[in-house]
Amino acid sequence: MADQADFAEQAMPFMAPLYSAALRMTRNPADAEDLVQETYLKAYRGFAGFREGTNLKAWLYRILTNTYINAYRAKQRRPDETELDEGEDLFLFRRLGGLEAAMAGRSAEDELMDFFTDAEVKAAVEALPESFRLAVLLADVEGFAYKEIAEMLDIPIGTVMSRLHRGRKALQKQLYEYASTRGLLPDETSDGVTDGRVGAGARAVSTPSEPEPATAGSPKRADDA
Amino acid sequence: MLEHPDATRRPGHDHGPDGHTHNSVGCQDALAELYLYLDGELTTDRLSSLRAHLEDCSPCFEAFDFEAELRMVVASRCRDTVPEELRQRILQSLRDGACGTADTADA
Repeated sequence: MADQADFAEQAMPFMAPLYSAALRMTRNPADAEDLVQETYLKAYRGFAGFREGTNLKAWLYRILTNTYINAYRAKQRRPDETELDEGEDLFLFRRLGGLEAAMAGRSAEDELMDFFTDAEVKAAVEALPESFRLAVLLADVEGFAYKEIAEMLDIPIGTVMSRLHRGRKALQKQLYEYASTRGLLPDETSDGVTDGRVGAGARAVSTPSEPEPATAGSPKRADDA
Repeated sequence: MLEHPDATRRPGHDHGPDGHTHNSVGCQDALAELYLYLDGELTTDRLSSLRAHLEDCSPCFEAFDFEAELRMVVASRCRDTVPEELRQRILQSLRDGACGTADTADA
């Protein structure tokens, strides 16, 4: 049983990721602020029921997600799964996978970091239909396990996996379209993916940034599948 | 089902799904498990078979590496700064809540 007096100290460090997630969910700063504030109030009131030693971050995200779904989903009566614009598997790799070869000494991640701006990545996530957006956000940005996402969204694990698979393909296609729109890509019909224009163009419009430490190579829950 | 990453670019590549006889994971199996791997959802057994395949097969390794890096890029670019006004507003409302008494009903 958790003591309410400890709530602020324990929960405040999660505000930035919660706010970022709220922005992707609501796609509107004013709504995102309201959503985060409501999440903190609900969590504070319910903190006595939070079991110490369990995952506080997952618990807060569950409240955030439920609050979002209850408060905002009704507002957005848009068709959902039918409008998903998916590319094929490995959509970006097949088109941009040769970039690292073009820029000796630079890793593929440096290339990608330079290639897509913050605004493009955020817009691509926000362009996903809601059910796919929530799954991709919770898995790819926040790193939650399938089981945790299934509980947050109240859907079966198989549905989480299929939404992730389709949502990720749609995300890649959208990112590719942004890059295309900016004229950073060679003609798709030519074999020019590795020619110098791509990397040079991408570098010219981007700012240096610090990649996060690598984690993807060491899966975190190998014994919990 | 995922297609081999190099199928369209290097048709002559000989590591087809049946091209490996010395370990239990072929390219097709490996790519089918790409997301499970990146999501940390593979069992220990599958994980070691898959790693063995990736050590042997550079086209698959490149595809996995690319997807892992893209994932990190997406995650790190989706970060926003909390407006200071919001942080203060929430702290204040928690202080107010701490002073109130009958506010535990809908938890």
